[in-house]
Amino acid sequence: MIPKESTRVEYGKTLKELGSQYPEIVVLDADLSASTQTKYFALAFPQRFFNMGVAEQDLMGTAAGLAVGGMIPFASTFAIFAAGRAWEQVRQSIAYGALNVKIVASHGGVTVGEDGGSHQALEDLALMRVLPNMVVLVPADGPETRAMTRWAAQYHGPVYMRTGRSTMPVIYGEDHRFQLGKGSILREGDDVSLMGIGVMVHACLEAASLLEKEGVSARVLNLSCLKPLDWELVVDSARRTGCVVTAEEHMVTGGLGSAVAEVLSEHHPTPVKRVGIRDVFGISGTPGDLLKHYGLTARDVVLAARQAMARKKGA
Amino acid sequence: MNQVHDLAQLQEIARQVRIDIIDMLHRAGSGHTGGSLSATDIMVALFFGKMRRREDDPCWPHRDRFILSKGHCAPALYAVLSRLGHFPREELQQLRRFGSMLQGHPDSSCTPGVEIPTGSLGQGLSIGNGLALASRLRGLESRIYVLLGDGEVQEGMVWEAAMTAAHYGLDNLTAIIDRNRLQIDGRTQEVMSLEPLAQKWQAFGWHAMEVDGHSMPELLAAFDAGSQIQGKPAMIIAHTTKGKGVSLFEDKVKYHGVAPNKEEYDQAMKELGADRPARG
Repeated sequence: MIPKESTRVEYGKTLKELGSQYPEIVVLDADLSASTQTKYFALAFPQRFFNMGVAEQDLMGTAAGLAVGGMIPFASTFAIFAAGRAWEQVRQSIAYGALNVKIVASHGGVTVGEDGGSHQALEDLALMRVLPNMVVLVPADGPETRAMTRWAAQYHGPVYMRTGRSTMPVIYGEDHRFQLGKGSILREGDDVSLMGIGVMVHACLEAASLLEKEGVSARVLNLSCLKPLDWELVVDSARRTGCVVTAEEHMVTGGLGSAVAEVLSEHHPTPVKRVGIRDVFGISGTPGDLLKHYGLTARDVVLAARQAMARKKGA
Repeated sequence: MNQVHDLAQLQEIARQVRIDIIDMLHRAGSGHTGGSLSATDIMVALFFGKMRRREDDPCWPHRDRFILSKGHCAPALYAVLSRLGHFPREELQQLRRFGSMLQGHPDSSCTPGVEIPTGSLGQGLSIGNGLALASRLRGLESRIYVLLGDGEVQEGMVWEAAMTAAHYGLDNLTAIIDRNRLQIDGRTQEVMSLEPLAQKWQAFGWHAMEVDGHSMPELLAAFDAGSQIQGKPAMIIAHTTKGKGVSLFEDKVKYHGVAPNKEEYDQAMKELGADRPARG
């Protein structure tokens, strides 16, 4: 049985560990510390934890000021409020000055579940990816979350990291190290490239197993560093397999699907099929129901792979 | 420290800063005349008469910090920073030009002495709060100053920050509102009423004071009083005249975002006594 972990919980635990190592780390939250998991840090380092109340714009501005003052602020709230409500504060007061603020936003995607469309951020990656100076990360399991959180603490500059509510199978070993701008190959294959982020990395892996039974060999990439994107790996995979599927728990516009399509159309035009949300808002339901409803299952990735392969040159 | 305590000398610096502002804006052909002139005395009193700094070490950790939340009044800040030696005075002539270190609104990545980019209104007070918290955590003696416009406090985020500063008892923070009573579309009382402004800040848990924002002694006394407050942040509502110092521009909505043309420039320079030698 593969163990399962939640990226938001692993973020919270790692942050607490980093608190002892880095006296400059301060953590800010906007009345959601139990949900974003900053509560662990808050209990261990109450002097360095600031609850800003239900005020996300002020959360970002205060984090910016703490960074100017030489601290390393981690600011957490739900993705829809971090990237949506406070977008212009992030742009003006954090990204513009390339300030050393780490925005770690939980509850990205439809797997938020029952809270419904108001709370399911399906646009956050697009909103953050468009900002100069911003690094955008989406970990796919516990070890990757821990590695990214540790990396963010020692990197000087703004970072946006999206964590999720659901638990995910562990992919990486405990010694996993994060490298900026690097994607990873989780499975080799020649017929199609399945490129995922977050929870959809797991759907891609499962899809690759299903495709194998049909005699299709799929290469699976985790593009958890959405910005800067590992464009060399993307182009290399497109060259090797001749077609690409992207999979994300996000709108197909502006996120991973767009990023991959942008790179390929400029450097190596290749048929791309994007799996993701298509211009609709979320609804209430269990995460499982919603992943099915929005076409975000391994079966959907398999269907997309078949469509992409049918559009290959000479197919 | 080299603080200036002579009132006549501070007034003379303010006169010269106003001359700089008119010259910069006229050369640039665009920019914010009215608010730069209304905020001049506040900034001169602060930078030259109050704020702790070290001339040989601009990054001295214990220095007092200033955030120009009303970032469109960058010309006044640039004139002050150049006079303090952060960059050569010739740079002022390049305001708003392509490749200049002096952007239309403050940008810390290219202008020495600017702490953080501002210009999108409403954000500076939160940044000041963050700096005040950092200063407290690091055991620094720095005091944080934030200058806001009166139209700016119509931004909701300002009131989020007002709550935060009081909640965390930030007594190392002084905010100043340049209360010139005008904004782009007209008088603040007509566009979006602010009064009773001092009571609003008091109700939010601040120590609020009101002064004549063109009186050096009143400004300096308020800054000193603000530094003495324990357990709560200080707010100074500085009553000012938009366009102060040049009769053509005074209390005129039109000159919020309009630079002086040649005729206006000539008259402004005459009124400011630009041909008089600098004193002090």
